[in-house]
Amino acid sequence: MTASIVTVMFTAVISQNIVLSQYQGICPFLGVSKKMSSAAGMGFAVIFVMALSSVFCWLVYNFVLLPLGIEFLYTMAFILVIASLVQLLEMILKRFSPTLYSALGVYLPLITTNCAILGTANSAVVYSSYNFVYTFAVSVATGVGFLLAICLLAGVRMKTERADIPACFKGFPITLVTAAIMALAFAGFAGILA
Amino acid sequence: MNKRKMKETLLGGLIRNNPTFVLVLGTCPTIAMTTTLFQAFAMGVATTFVLIFSNLFVSLLRGLIPDRVRIPCYIVIISTFVIIVQMVMQRFMPGLYSTMQAFIALIVVNCIILARAESYASCNPPLYSALDGVSMGLGFTAALCLIGVVREFLAGGSFAGMKIPGFPAMDGVGASAFGFIVFGCMMALFNFAMQKLRERRERMEASVLPLAGGAAEEVAE
Repeated sequence: MTASIVTVMFTAVISQNIVLSQYQGICPFLGVSKKMSSAAGMGFAVIFVMALSSVFCWLVYNFVLLPLGIEFLYTMAFILVIASLVQLLEMILKRFSPTLYSALGVYLPLITTNCAILGTANSAVVYSSYNFVYTFAVSVATGVGFLLAICLLAGVRMKTERADIPACFKGFPITLVTAAIMALAFAGFAGILA
Repeated sequence: MNKRKMKETLLGGLIRNNPTFVLVLGTCPTIAMTTTLFQAFAMGVATTFVLIFSNLFVSLLRGLIPDRVRIPCYIVIISTFVIIVQMVMQRFMPGLYSTMQAFIALIVVNCIILARAESYASCNPPLYSALDGVSMGLGFTAALCLIGVVREFLAGGSFAGMKIPGFPAMDGVGASAFGFIVFGCMMALFNFAMQKLRERRERMEASVLPLAGGAAEEVAE
């Protein structure tokens, strides 16, 4: 744990962006980026769930799996934590905050199969074995990185939808090409921390 | 055993319902794990294994799983097979496993697997479900390998690890964005080919129909 918390967070948002340089969470990145409003909704829902689920996965890993010596079951444990958390969150939001539910509710079921959530929990808790505070900070920063990427893509897509492009490139192909150019731009930030 | 349905199930995943190019599911490993042909092939085989067995078991247990808790049940079945893959790879291919570790664990949330469990295996008999797993897995592996070949050639100037003389390796920043752009262009090519095929079939049908009509009239006379 030599890197400072600011460096780790900056890396997670910009230079090691979850979507554009780690290639996780591509499905919602392509699927929910047609309109700016839905892209932002998805982005905020991801930040919310990612922070909560990483924290719960950290607790489960360090207080249940490690003491019992069954840490090889982390994949199954984490996905169950995430799935039940999302379900619980949906119920709580529906009951106590209808406004927030109407903004984020549609995206919550989709988030269970968003690999960025499980990927972040895996990498922060298991592969990097961060402490509690680092885990929370990194997962919030990763979520912010996702929000940034999906909103940028939505902005570009609203223009390419109306552009005159070959029929076979319409839809997903042109979006992927756009994402490639964005990934190149983000890769340029890697030099800052060298 | 209905032979026609079997053939349709087996071939459906390769072209018509190709999980990568048509359904656009499981895009993360498609972009992250296709830097070389070998890596793409390994990822495809691992996913196919999980897909076949999760489909088979979801189908076998479809009468027992209550409808309200089916998704958590499917996730438990899927993650069991992912853990088996993790353990086997860690034991027998430690080098390959260390480079693919993150995405092998993420097979659990690969949307192809959950989508097939939910939309096919939960309402079809075990044999067809396993065949559907084979077909979808083959379609996924084939797409990954195609992208892997192109990317390995562009970034390293090689084919399946063998250097092709005269083509220099291109390393650095450029390689990281290849995943998106190669995938996008291949999907466009696939769309283009499908559109041409469809147009051809329509033209053929249009030229056959009047003849068939004429023949019918002749018979009537």
